[in-house]
Amino acid sequence: MKRYSIFAVAREALRYHSGWERAWRSPEPKKRYKVIVVGAGGHGLATAYYLGKVHGITDVAVIEKGWLGGGNTGRNTTIIRSNYLQDPSAAIYEKARALYEDLSQDLNYNVMFSPRGLLMLGQTEHEVRGYKRTVHANRLQGIDTEWIGPQQVKDLVPIINIEGPRYPVLGALLQKRGGTARHDAVAWGYARACSAMGMDIIQKCEVTGVRTEGGKVQGISTSKGEIDCEQLAIVVAGHSSVMAEMAGFRLPIESVALQAWVSEPIKPCMDVVVMANTVHGYMSQSDKGEMVIGGGTDGFNNYTQRGSWHHVEETTRALVETFPIISRLKMLRQWGGIVDMTGDRSPILSKTPVEGIFVNCGWGTGGFKAIPGSGFAMAELIARGHSPLTDEFGLDRFKEGRFIDESVAAGVAH
Amino acid sequence: MLTLTCPCCGVTAEETEFAPGGEAHLKRFGPGSSDDDFEGYLFARKNPKGVHFERWRHAYGCGKWFLAARDTNTLEVFATYKAQTSEPPADVIAKIKAKRPDWEGYK
Repeated sequence: MKRYSIFAVAREALRYHSGWERAWRSPEPKKRYKVIVVGAGGHGLATAYYLGKVHGITDVAVIEKGWLGGGNTGRNTTIIRSNYLQDPSAAIYEKARALYEDLSQDLNYNVMFSPRGLLMLGQTEHEVRGYKRTVHANRLQGIDTEWIGPQQVKDLVPIINIEGPRYPVLGALLQKRGGTARHDAVAWGYARACSAMGMDIIQKCEVTGVRTEGGKVQGISTSKGEIDCEQLAIVVAGHSSVMAEMAGFRLPIESVALQAWVSEPIKPCMDVVVMANTVHGYMSQSDKGEMVIGGGTDGFNNYTQRGSWHHVEETTRALVETFPIISRLKMLRQWGGIVDMTGDRSPILSKTPVEGIFVNCGWGTGGFKAIPGSGFAMAELIARGHSPLTDEFGLDRFKEGRFIDESVAAGVAH
Repeated sequence: MLTLTCPCCGVTAEETEFAPGGEAHLKRFGPGSSDDDFEGYLFARKNPKGVHFERWRHAYGCGKWFLAARDTNTLEVFATYKAQTSEPPADVIAKIKAKRPDWEGYK
């Protein structure tokens, strides 16, 4: 792998950019790997990357039925934050946020991490109390967040209407080191680094079955043939239940559609991320100038990557009330992704009833922000059989009633 | 956008008039059951990619609960039927079989 640097750019500029290499190889699958990761989204690639980087396991294949980063990694609204209420969530999301800080240097790939600040608006008395509680929890967890008043919100976000008729802005939970990153680049950067370590990233290869023997994983059947493995990590988000059924167990997961959309590009007008959870909408401005908007999930099971129109209408209506200047903006694109929701809105990073199979799923509406931390923790779980970051996120928590309830803390897709 | 017909009042309307209620035909387990059964009833879900049976409520209509057979991969609605049944009726199964010959059946 040739390193990217200013000297590389200068060198290539002088020879008509003829020397750039492919960022990652596209090999045919081998007969056997030590670890197979199914799903080449952010979480799957990050899992493979930290398996190699931290634990020295490079006999790894990442199998993807579509194209790399083409699922939820390329469909989210790129928000990064770690202001969660519960301790286990705060630990893993803050680990992820901290890794994002120098991920570009680590991967030698610009993921455009922009810690521009993130506001979660308090628009009802209950929400204000809830967020103040989160600020106190975050202080104990060592996460830098603060509660600010409406005038400070207005100073940070001049285009906001803090005296909205339905939901006036009563203040906001501010995380100054929250922000955004380039979502595709996160997947591409991890893929390039994995490929450089000798791992195989196999795209357009659909898993059709999981082979087990005596309660232990033997390998997988794919559209490119049989592949054996010692350990199998299922990191497929919306399709987790489908993979689990192949392996012979069920998950506490429902797959639903979540949508996002972007406006035409306009001049810079908002340099922070604003989330308005009471009215189910959140917005940031991309580097291209588009306003990136996300809303709520549909309430029914769905695998089509298309959501219902009324969610687009509800969210846009609420955001127009909060940001009157967007009322005449044209929307350019709208899309959906299939998210894997658990009952307590917290992820599952766990061993499974089948020996050698691990699952990393249930990130639901907020997985992008967690990619580096999730991969780091998952790699530790696979390599050592245990990770302090994943202990609380096991499948057994549903049987034992140890929920990590973030449905109140987040309240909305994010 | 789904279009559903309420089997209780006969009204056909788009999904905004209805409220989804999760997987249908769950077998209840209560006090005295094993931990696995109780967990399965409360949390484990089929969440299939394909034919699915769901509870819906005609929230902005007659207010009654009913069940729907639907394909989660195409959003096609095969049929809706009354909630007072512990498994899909034969005519609903037949309708699905006619459209999805490969479907392995209700289990």
